[in-house]
Amino acid sequence: MTQKFKREPVKMVPAPSHGILPERDALSRPVLETRNLGIDFGGLHAVEDFNLIIGKTEIAGLIGPNGAGKTTVFNLLTKVYQPTIGTILVNGRDTAGMNTVQANKLGIARTFQNIRLFGNMSVEDNVRIGLHNQIGYSTAAGIFRLPSFFRGEREQHERALELLSLFDMQDLADHQADSLPYGAQRKLEIVRALATNPSLLLLDEPAAGMNPHETEELMENIARIRDKFKIAILLIEHDMNLVMGICEGICVLNYGRIIAKGTASEIQQNPTVIEAYLGKRKEGQA
Amino acid sequence: MKMKKFKNLSGNLITYAMVVVAFLLCELALSGMIDGFKMSRSLKGQLVPICVYIVMAVSLNLTVGISGELSLGHAGFMSLGAFSGILFSQWLLSAFPQTDLALVRLVGALITGGIVAAIAGVLIGIPVLRLRGDYLAIVTLAFGEIIRNLLNCVYFSLEGASVHFSFLDPNLPGTVVINGPMGAIGVKKLASFEAGFLLVLFTLVVVLNLINSRSGRAIMAIRDNRIAAESVGIHVTKYRMLAFVISAALAGMAGALYGLNYSTVQAAKFKFDTSILVLVFVVLGGIGNIRGSIIAATVLTVLPEMLRDFGTYRMLIYAIVLIVVMLATNSPMLRSTLDGLAGKLKNAKEGDKA
Amino acid sequence: MIQFLSYLVNGISLGSVYAIIALGYSMVYGIAKMLNFAHGDVIMVGAFVSFSATQYWGMSPLVSVVVAVAVCTLLGILIERLAYKPLRSATSLAVLITAIGMSWLLQNLALLIWGANPKSFTSIVNLGSIVLFDGQLRITSEAIVTVLANIVIMLVLTQFTGKTKMGKAMRAVSEDRGAAELMGINVNATISMTFAIGSGLAAIAGVLLCSAYPVLMPTTGSMPGIKAFTAAVFGGIGSIPGALIGGLLLGIIEILGKAYVSTELGDALVFAVLIIVLLVKPTGLLGKKVHEKV
Repeated sequence: MTQKFKREPVKMVPAPSHGILPERDALSRPVLETRNLGIDFGGLHAVEDFNLIIGKTEIAGLIGPNGAGKTTVFNLLTKVYQPTIGTILVNGRDTAGMNTVQANKLGIARTFQNIRLFGNMSVEDNVRIGLHNQIGYSTAAGIFRLPSFFRGEREQHERALELLSLFDMQDLADHQADSLPYGAQRKLEIVRALATNPSLLLLDEPAAGMNPHETEELMENIARIRDKFKIAILLIEHDMNLVMGICEGICVLNYGRIIAKGTASEIQQNPTVIEAYLGKRKEGQA
Repeated sequence: MKMKKFKNLSGNLITYAMVVVAFLLCELALSGMIDGFKMSRSLKGQLVPICVYIVMAVSLNLTVGISGELSLGHAGFMSLGAFSGILFSQWLLSAFPQTDLALVRLVGALITGGIVAAIAGVLIGIPVLRLRGDYLAIVTLAFGEIIRNLLNCVYFSLEGASVHFSFLDPNLPGTVVINGPMGAIGVKKLASFEAGFLLVLFTLVVVLNLINSRSGRAIMAIRDNRIAAESVGIHVTKYRMLAFVISAALAGMAGALYGLNYSTVQAAKFKFDTSILVLVFVVLGGIGNIRGSIIAATVLTVLPEMLRDFGTYRMLIYAIVLIVVMLATNSPMLRSTLDGLAGKLKNAKEGDKA
Repeated sequence: MIQFLSYLVNGISLGSVYAIIALGYSMVYGIAKMLNFAHGDVIMVGAFVSFSATQYWGMSPLVSVVVAVAVCTLLGILIERLAYKPLRSATSLAVLITAIGMSWLLQNLALLIWGANPKSFTSIVNLGSIVLFDGQLRITSEAIVTVLANIVIMLVLTQFTGKTKMGKAMRAVSEDRGAAELMGINVNATISMTFAIGSGLAAIAGVLLCSAYPVLMPTTGSMPGIKAFTAAVFGGIGSIPGALIGGLLLGIIEILGKAYVSTELGDALVFAVLIIVLLVKPTGLLGKKVHEKV
């Protein structure tokens, strides 16, 4: 596939502790910092010694072979799982003891590898649920239709359409979510996550099931979202064109451990990474 | 690519209209304004229970359909509402024997019933909502039975404005209102069809407005996908609890109305079977379908009366109807067979013509 | 002290009946993933058949039990074929309501056949009682037979599910129906078999229950059915030893509660203990924990 989508080259600088950040983020506090993060499932180290720093407006990629523990990292960051060991700092705040809801309120939003939309509801309602903590009114106001209900509903409606227009989906607002085509469902998940006003957006295989054209569009949109909302994005993806095309920093995971961190070109040339993906070259074969 | 457009809110208007029209028709029939249509005595006696069961079904649908938790103890909340409502109403009568406070007693009883059931809903909800699925169902069943057992041991009596209470000990001074296993006795009937209608309207306003609001969307989001709902910052326990407690409060109000429709009410009336009966209304009316609950509650409350001519066979027929309806609506095999039969009949007809 | 022993014996005896019923509930739930509310009414049918066999058809008690088991086994298969099998792919709630309909159907059929008047059931074991401590402690032969029957059934079923091909098929289907089908297991036959065994056990339980508590009505089965289901959940649904432990504990709690707390509150106590157990261990005493994949 020819790569039409080109990003400006990013200069990376060393981060305060481990890892690298885009130069523009160097002076601000990283949105995410994990230290020595790990989780065991019945003795199996699903993830261990996971140290990662993500800059305030960085687009970062998390790649690795199937079963490397990528989604587990997402589940740790969003507190679906509680880590066995280690620390997660979001905007400098330790998330120890928090649950998923609190992590979201702190600024982490995510999409899911196996799409998890509210399928029976309309597209707009899906986004409105994302706006739950952003635009609120009390339950009593809802039941007794107090003025704050009408005000809140109007605000939610306008904001939902505005967010949907990011992906040109405002015309689909009244459709049932699970009647949308696959690609649109993935986009809707991103919109719903964005509605929670995150500072770090986690995308779990956003391009899975998309055709090359859609993928390219998605790449543009991811970059646009970052630029518009000034947020950081960490994505898991198997489409290397996408990862190498838009990710400023890339982290490679294998057997639950980070085996490489760096820019796209550094990762592409890293022998450990090549070995993890292609296997060890046997003697005599060339 | 076919995409399903979403239904708008006009459905709610149809629901309200249906209830109001049905009420007006009943009132006309009661006043004898419709020629040739006289309401039988037994049907007249069913009017308040129909309203009560509509409220029960709609409120249970909030738990089962909208919130997605299978509850088998809804009658427990109903019984708490009935007994506390009766107690309040009788207390007011005993405290102010000279003044006519019928309306205050009725409304006060409904509110008391609602509040007591809501408190029970909170207390029961805390442990129950930690569980899921069938385990949740069995625990609600257990709570329903516990409530019934406890009510069998409770004695209340009134002496002027003072209330005496005892547990397990029937010897109380004054007039006994709630007499252990004998239940509430000497209740002054206050319930009317009009009150029932207003309670149904109130229930519809609460439930339908809740569904179409921020909190309702949060409740349904949790039902559809708990993990996704958590990921966008929705407090799961809070909203499951909200639905559970509102549902309990409405059941309590229905119970209060029910209690004030009879001169004696026993806790045995609110057995597990009653919970199941209401659940049957909800399922046959359609899970999450409020209008369906109203229709099912009405039809299935009247049906046994209609089948009275069949004598001992009537509950048997009821059971068979239930099974057949469940099979017809839920079995893919039976459905296709029925469709096939219909198609064959059609073909045969067309064949005759040709 | 001896009083306590006597209550304990009664508790164990009642608990053994619960355990036998719970076993049927548990197996059916494990395999068909459904709350079979009609199970309690199969108990009632079993007791009525045995009653009719001895009273009207002049059969010996033992033969009447065999007849009851045969009738209930067939009934179980029939119920499953007619009402539950067409709903294999339906929601669990639809199946639950159908089961409730089936329960009402059985109760009302019994009402038509045997009438509403309570029948006084003659115990099938008429061997007198063992008297200990100078007559202070009586252990009825019913209690002994019930406990023995319970032990035998548990042992046989454990062997059956562990060793035989059909038993292994049952475990496979309850673990993963789809995978079992792909491995060539006849899922429908396996589920039928489960209902047959569960219903046959229900008949035995019905006879034993009515031998100890001799009042027989069309609604006789519903409360023991619910309690036995509670016992199954209590012990960890789907587990044979769980059903045994759950049933025994439930019976003992009920009898001791009625004796020492209040007759009115015996049932409330049983359900309260269930709630506490589920809160501490949400899958029951011996249940397995299930993880949700994100």
